[in-house]
Amino acid sequence: MKIGHPKNFWGGVMFAVIGLIFAVIARGVPGLAFIPGYTMGTPARMGPGFFPFYLGMIMLILGIIIAVNGIRTDGGKEGQLEKFHWGPVLWVLGAIVIFGLLLKPVGVLLDGIVLIVVASKGSHDFRIKPVLILAVCLTIFCALVFVVGLKLPIPLCPDIESLQSAVGMCRA
Amino acid sequence: MDVLNNLILGFGVALHWSNIWYCFVGVLLGTLIGVLPGIGPIATIAMLLPATFVLPPVSALIMLAGIYYGAQYGGSTTAILVNLPGEVSSVVTCLDGYQMARQGHAGKALGIAALGSFFAGCVATVLIAGFAPPLAELALKFGPADYFSLMILGLIAAVVLAHGSLIKAIAMIVLGLLMGIIGTDVNSGVARYSFNIPELIDGVGIGTVAMGMFGFSEIIRNLEQGEEREIFTKNVTGLWPNWKDIKQAFPAVVRGTMLGSFLGILPGGGPVLGSFSAYTLEKKLAKDPSRFGKGAIEGVAAPESANNAAAQTSFIPLLTLGIPSNPVMALMIGAMIIHGIQPGPQIMTAKPELFWGMIASMWVGNLMLVILNLPLIGMWVKLLTVKYDYLFPAILIFCCIGVYSISNAWMDVLLAALFGFIGYVFIKLETEPAPLLLGFVLGPMMEENLRRALLLSRGDPAVFFTRPISLVLLIISAVLIIIVALPQISKKREEAFQE
Repeated sequence: MKIGHPKNFWGGVMFAVIGLIFAVIARGVPGLAFIPGYTMGTPARMGPGFFPFYLGMIMLILGIIIAVNGIRTDGGKEGQLEKFHWGPVLWVLGAIVIFGLLLKPVGVLLDGIVLIVVASKGSHDFRIKPVLILAVCLTIFCALVFVVGLKLPIPLCPDIESLQSAVGMCRA
Repeated sequence: MDVLNNLILGFGVALHWSNIWYCFVGVLLGTLIGVLPGIGPIATIAMLLPATFVLPPVSALIMLAGIYYGAQYGGSTTAILVNLPGEVSSVVTCLDGYQMARQGHAGKALGIAALGSFFAGCVATVLIAGFAPPLAELALKFGPADYFSLMILGLIAAVVLAHGSLIKAIAMIVLGLLMGIIGTDVNSGVARYSFNIPELIDGVGIGTVAMGMFGFSEIIRNLEQGEEREIFTKNVTGLWPNWKDIKQAFPAVVRGTMLGSFLGILPGGGPVLGSFSAYTLEKKLAKDPSRFGKGAIEGVAAPESANNAAAQTSFIPLLTLGIPSNPVMALMIGAMIIHGIQPGPQIMTAKPELFWGMIASMWVGNLMLVILNLPLIGMWVKLLTVKYDYLFPAILIFCCIGVYSISNAWMDVLLAALFGFIGYVFIKLETEPAPLLLGFVLGPMMEENLRRALLLSRGDPAVFFTRPISLVLLIISAVLIIIVALPQISKKREEAFQE
């Protein structure tokens, strides 16, 4: 079977799957303790499961329609899937995840530099020296604006105690 | 006169020195991000949300609003000089603005864009002052069923007027609604879709979603593309258009303002729709349509006035009904709630200084933009020469710190990264993320009103058809869907957005 419009087909599949997941979690699966479901209730006295269950079902149906249309229609070149650039995706998102995980233990001054250096690996020409200078300047600027200026409670420096406990967890 | 007294009250608030300062910061930042391609008002407002925590609510909203309409000004500069829209709403300005720049009239194009925007801003301010009070009064009569139907209409209008596939947009809204109800259900206390993660029990923050889908995924998209720009920096002279230009452009400015103001009020409308429609209208009305695309001054004046007018009038549904008409307004609702203000018709009576102060500040902000931007254009142009490799780290670190600071939770940063990934998948599947954000804000409100309406009617769904206001709203929604589903019209719609 040939799929005429892969973009729409996979988009539809995505919607259908997400819709189904939401509906199933709302309804619950008998016998599976970790998906107990939420009370459905009646239209007059709706339980927490009512609205998400029906929305999930609507999304499932919409997804199926989109996917079926994606098989039937011919999208030509426009409909083909574009290349998924894993390079920038992994570097940038990886940098953000690292930033999130390290912010509490190492503080924004170090963490900001790590964020920028790692994310910059995802750009076209990566040269360590200008990136490092940029990282240091931007991080100091952000620390001044957000922590000193706006007084937001963001940890600045490494927190020795939480670092130690993190190391302790590794060893235990 | 009431409106006059209210405006005096508003200007009293807006002209307080601290509010003037925040308005200034807002429009300056707005222009900056408008000028820079690759970061839009949604990501910026989300990014700066935590920075407004220390401010009083009025100042915070004045600043955030300034970012939004400032971005409309800034977007035109990039469109004209680089042929790259700084904002989506400036896409059509590229067509004639860039041509004018190539012919050596860059200054004139920038000047008329700024003056047209200022005119539009003034008119829109007056319109908000005039229209909002009666609309809010009407809104006070709304029951839960009416609100539910109004939200249906708003969401449907949003997808009808957006470009791209209709059914995909509806699916995105439903996804947004579902994501919006993640967290503790207020009626039963059950934590839905939280998987025992403490951060999810309070629900996902709109800032987190917006930053991931509009900030992070944009960065990845820009990085994969690489860049080539041709900038006209040398011949930015003669900013003031001469008398002949003004005479040629003025009717276009007026028409653009009117059309933009109207489309801004509509649910689902906003600057993008305003600028596209205004350009099309000018082309239809012109004696010689072939001039368009080759540097017609009307082709700059009309869309630039329209997008600014629409940016401002889109505050009307927000301030009177508490319903966002576009993603930026959805974010404004989020900002209001964070500051402890429940958006809706009661704002005007309960917090008149907030309501009128914000409106008055829009006029003040527009004046600042003209005074600021004409001399500062040289500086903006220099900024455009900064390479994206050096720009995106700045955007990234601001976004990351912003996400974290909204509730001081590192989990939010990880969630935003997840939404960044989802947003990138959406880009690859050509699915617009904007409707999702609307649904996200409306999700809990819609469920709440649906529940209340059905509770009052004892489970009888007929309540949506027996209440006159609700019935009218639903009929309009149905008509909109039917119109768009008709084959001829859907073809025309595609053509209109292709242009």
